[in-house]
Amino acid sequence: MPSRDRSGRVLLPCGDSAFLVELPGLSAVIAYYRGLTGVSGDRPLPAGIVDVVPAARTVLVTFDRDMIRPSEVRDWLEAAEPAAVVAGTGREVTLEVSYGGPDLAETAQFLGMSTADLVELHTSSEWTAAFSGFAPGFAYLVTTHERLRVPRRNTPRTAVPAGSVGLAGEFSGVYPRSSPGGWQLIGTTTAALWDASKAEPALIRPGDRVRFVEA
Amino acid sequence: MGIVVVKPGPLTLVEDLGRPGWASLGLSPSGALDRQSLRLANLLVGNPAGAAGLEILLGGLRLRIVKASTVAVTGAEGIVTLDGPEIPLNQAVRAAPGAVLDFGAPLFGLRYYLAVQGGIDAPQLLGSRSTDMLSGEGPAPLTSGEHLGTGRELVRNGSDPLPAVRRAPDPGQVIVMRVDPGPRVDWFDDDSWRRLVSQEWTLSPDSNRIGARLLGRPLKQVRLEELPSEGMVLGALQVPPSGLPTVFLADHPVTGGYPVIAVVRRTDLDLLGQARPGQRIRFLG
Repeated sequence: MPSRDRSGRVLLPCGDSAFLVELPGLSAVIAYYRGLTGVSGDRPLPAGIVDVVPAARTVLVTFDRDMIRPSEVRDWLEAAEPAAVVAGTGREVTLEVSYGGPDLAETAQFLGMSTADLVELHTSSEWTAAFSGFAPGFAYLVTTHERLRVPRRNTPRTAVPAGSVGLAGEFSGVYPRSSPGGWQLIGTTTAALWDASKAEPALIRPGDRVRFVEA
Repeated sequence: MGIVVVKPGPLTLVEDLGRPGWASLGLSPSGALDRQSLRLANLLVGNPAGAAGLEILLGGLRLRIVKASTVAVTGAEGIVTLDGPEIPLNQAVRAAPGAVLDFGAPLFGLRYYLAVQGGIDAPQLLGSRSTDMLSGEGPAPLTSGEHLGTGRELVRNGSDPLPAVRRAPDPGQVIVMRVDPGPRVDWFDDDSWRRLVSQEWTLSPDSNRIGARLLGRPLKQVRLEELPSEGMVLGALQVPPSGLPTVFLADHPVTGGYPVIAVVRRTDLDLLGQARPGQRIRFLG
């Protein structure tokens, strides 16, 4: 049965080899994820922990029952202290962007600002990778304000080119590969978001801070 | 090069035991759907249990062995021939240079596993040679005329005990799988759990390596708010508004936005990898 701990976290059962931890909101998810995996994402996990997967309101933790007992995982999850995002801590990724995406002008108009103001706001904001999904290496980036909040496109594009930088809802993100997509496209980067030949194929990992600069 | 693909069949993939541990980057675990059969095939030819082999959906595959080798076929049951005569399944078989291996349509089960001594060679991604049909990562499905390399895996030291042979499920019989409660079991009415574990479900033909879709009397969701996307585990029974669950298999998306009522035990998922469209399924929970 679900149980709520002192900090408002709820531990939900998820089969016999996982727990789903429910948190009050996205910033609590990021802080809790960083608390479990380390501020730079490099803290060794207890032996037997397979995956720690942050999402919008939850962190999923899967484990190997031959290596760790469910009660030990529960103790680890309950003991973890959140580590809030503080400027200058953790890994930082800088992405050079050519602003001039097909939706740049329309998005600026929707937000009631000039395209120059939009670019200025996008590059001056500090973004944090909250979670990944949709495609390998695609990170949902959030920032501390909501002045760039825009709806998705009414009709998704059937093909968004790799490297496209977009906005949707409270998020910004970069398409690691060509795929269908409904985000408002404001620019492109030549950075490889996903490189399968590397030992660390994802350029941006959950918990990383991301800065956009004009190319 | 050890093997030439003469005819690939409907879908033949390179699979090992997958690449778990990268879900936070958006990558599925992937790997053989019937893990126990791949392990057995590997151990029969002297490979480490996790070497890459071929996962052969519905037969139709024809291979030419270029270099003499030892092979083993496990998993589905059907007629497999080597230069004409049928070969025994679940047993190591010596293949001479130039020999042609032919996989007939399986009569029981859905997926054959072929292990070749030394393993199938293919580029690795994060320690695995598995094909992931959701992301398109890993080796592409086999095509006619393709050459497969073999022989890079170290031969095991021979001390691992062979797992028992598990017969492929009879298409006319009910498959039984154990389930545990999922994180959103309380999003469904009281009757839904009972309905989940008491009725006979049928496997939809619209199933693949990403998920097994089930047909039956729908489950009823009572909490109707939108669920923000959350992490999904292997074996999760995700229930969309139709009330008909999908069981997430090896290439499942790492997150999903429909509530999970239950999770199938991992060891029982092998059976689902061999279930045929129309096969009856029961959950024990």
